[in-house]
Amino acid sequence: MSGVLASIIDGVLVGAVYGLAAMGLSLIWGVMDVINLTHGAMIALGMFGVYLLFTSLHVMPYLLLLPVLAGGFLVGVVIYWIAVHRVLGRSQLATLLSTFAVNMMVIGIGTTLWSTSPYNVNYSIPGITMGRYTFTGNHIAAAVAAVVIAACLQLFLYRTRLGKAIRAVTDNRDAAELMGISAAAVLTVAFGIGIALAAASGGLVATLFPFTILSGGVYELKSFVVTVLAGLGKPAGALVAGVLLGLLEGAITPFIAVSWIPAIEFGLFVAVLVLFPRGLFGRTG
Amino acid sequence: MSAILQGRDVSKRFGGLLAVSELSFEVGQGEILGLIGPNGAGKTTLFNVINGVYKPNTGEITLAGRNITGSPPNKLAHLGLARTHQIPQPLNEMTVLDNVIAGACFGREYLRLLPAEKVALETLQYVGLAERSHVLAKHLTLPGKKRLEVARALAAKPKLLLLDEVLAGLNPTEVGQMVELIRDIRKQGVSIIIIEHLMHAIMTVSDRVMVLNFGMKIAEGRPDEVVRDPAVVEAYLGSADIADQLREGQ
Amino acid sequence: MILKRPFFWITMAVTAAFMLLPWRGNNVEMRETLILIAVAIILASNLNLMIGYTGYVNFGNIVFFGLGGYAGLYLVTGRGWPLIGAALAAGVAVSIFALLLGLAILRLRGAYFALATIGVLEAVRAFVSNFEPWGRSAGMYVTFDVYQPLGGPMKALWTTYFLVTGVMGLSLLLSLGIKTSKFGLGLFAIRENEDAAVVLGVNTALYKAIVYSASAFLPAVAGALIFFKNGMIEPEQAFDLTLSIEAIVMIMLGGQGTVAGSAVGAGLYEQLRGYLLTQPTLSNFHLVIAGALLLIIVLFAPLGLIGWTHRWRPMRRMLE
Repeated sequence: MSGVLASIIDGVLVGAVYGLAAMGLSLIWGVMDVINLTHGAMIALGMFGVYLLFTSLHVMPYLLLLPVLAGGFLVGVVIYWIAVHRVLGRSQLATLLSTFAVNMMVIGIGTTLWSTSPYNVNYSIPGITMGRYTFTGNHIAAAVAAVVIAACLQLFLYRTRLGKAIRAVTDNRDAAELMGISAAAVLTVAFGIGIALAAASGGLVATLFPFTILSGGVYELKSFVVTVLAGLGKPAGALVAGVLLGLLEGAITPFIAVSWIPAIEFGLFVAVLVLFPRGLFGRTG
Repeated sequence: MSAILQGRDVSKRFGGLLAVSELSFEVGQGEILGLIGPNGAGKTTLFNVINGVYKPNTGEITLAGRNITGSPPNKLAHLGLARTHQIPQPLNEMTVLDNVIAGACFGREYLRLLPAEKVALETLQYVGLAERSHVLAKHLTLPGKKRLEVARALAAKPKLLLLDEVLAGLNPTEVGQMVELIRDIRKQGVSIIIIEHLMHAIMTVSDRVMVLNFGMKIAEGRPDEVVRDPAVVEAYLGSADIADQLREGQ
Repeated sequence: MILKRPFFWITMAVTAAFMLLPWRGNNVEMRETLILIAVAIILASNLNLMIGYTGYVNFGNIVFFGLGGYAGLYLVTGRGWPLIGAALAAGVAVSIFALLLGLAILRLRGAYFALATIGVLEAVRAFVSNFEPWGRSAGMYVTFDVYQPLGGPMKALWTTYFLVTGVMGLSLLLSLGIKTSKFGLGLFAIRENEDAAVVLGVNTALYKAIVYSASAFLPAVAGALIFFKNGMIEPEQAFDLTLSIEAIVMIMLGGQGTVAGSAVGAGLYEQLRGYLLTQPTLSNFHLVIAGALLLIIVLFAPLGLIGWTHRWRPMRRMLE
């Protein structure tokens, strides 16, 4: 197996985590047309959540995703009511600013608590070796966890009443309200889920790489790239686009210095925004 | 009478929907052309195509002999084409006066601020909004906003004015006032195309009427001719027989 | 015309005060405080051209300041240019960059435009961090001999200060000039209803590109001056998204669309920030306070302080 292929496969695995992160952003954006700039901070909180629980409870980090998901949901609900609900009717810009404001506060508090030193979750799963290359167990586990969570989300959206209500509100909020769906309740839940997903993806990242309070920003920016690539409101598309991004990274890293990757990704982001306003897969609404 | 506006075989398609279908039309200098048809017939789409908001898929449009097919709206404003919108589009956080100054500044004469202000004040006087010059546009009532649309369009000193349902939502007195205004505008030498659903008003004010249905012209001529055309009656009432029955029933 | 406007004279007076007060007492501490305020005013008032006048929120506005800093410093250290020439050239180069960039991204509306500007800022930062001639992630440093042509480091600091204050005055005058012009009217029309503006005859694509480019010029010049004064530049500081957002907070604090508003907001915010940064326990908290302030403004007072005073007409004519 060639080095490039191994790199690509590894990229695909990590890409699943990017996809999971992006799903949260895409869901919120699609359901209520809000660009959630707390996304990075929430990913960071997920990282710290898993770290703190792991160091105190010494339980397998993947199990800790459950409390992190729940915690993330609650935090999401709180943020929704503080920063989003009042501002919903106004321009997209207003929610951009209000969520960014919350982001600043969370990062500020986080920096005070944890400074900008790196933290690490010391937990390894043995990897799989094929020929000369070993695929880190953690990467595989993270990818599996991401796909499982994504699948649960799809089941939720398509098989439960609440999930269908969310999809209805995404399609046409007024019509949904006329049919008796409480938009406020649905939006709250959707926002909570979006944050929960962000936190969970952060938790997974914590098992893969060392992190700081500022690391969320990197994944937030990747989430934006993935979301605009996928188009909005289709979380499934976000997972696929995340994998594609991971694949792209994996294909590039053997040839170009890692420090160029952010430049390439941001360039891609701006280019996709300008050239493909509907995303590569088309957008709902 | 030479034509101020001519359209030949104009079509506009949105995906699978052919909103305007190979339409040819003409507006004479100083003429008021009424444009009627059921909802969804393509009237506003036609305005959007003439106005440059949409590019037509086929066909050619000329304004005073000059080919304007596909030209952007701002360029057409300089050539003397002005329009009002079905739902008024005021510049909300600006005063009524500033709204009309904008019309004068960027319209056919492309005036500078001071002369534009003069023109704006005259225009506001003309349409009857002068006392509300310093009110913010968002605080106007609906009839006020409609008048503002007209004032803004007039301040641009257009040769051709497109009026889109400028009477909708007005009470009978207001309708009468607006109709008088429209007649007066034509007296100033401006040609007008007017989309309207208020039959009585449009029939009295138009010199000629063009009827659209499903994007195609189904009738054209003097108001009294068009109103008797069976195709028109069928488009509005569903069948020519109903019209006969109604008339007999009288 | 413009000379009749009271705000013109207020600007001249304030600029003169900025220049004279610290100079007369040779008060270095005051100068250092005022220069920060001057920079804040430069950033806020130029950004206001996009946000307040045109309605396009440029989240990544600091990219012009940073690029100006890099271009200026590069010309001075690498090419031996004199300061003023380098600063002006940096301003022109960054404006051209903005014009070209604007033609691409100004097609986007609302939040998509805002996101694209963040993307641009981050892309530029990432690129510069890898760009060899500009020192990659370590940045660039000056050697003390660049201050010789200006009469040595002490004098250079004063000269730079006067130049920055001059740029501040120019920024305020530019804001006023545009606001009272036909070009400004076109921008307001774009802000209020871009589609209606096109129908009215405003060449929106051109106007947006011009104002975006214009809003880049003075911040770029200021960037060249400031980083020259600081003696060094590196990507993290030059392209700091937080600074960019703080410029937005300043505008919102003062009232969007008003010339005085950006200045007042900048002044107030800079005072607050200076205070917080000097408190040992609170230094990270400045981010929290800024965030809280932004949130409160967005939730409860989106018109900002000066926007509020617009309700009273006599004051309005004075403050613009």
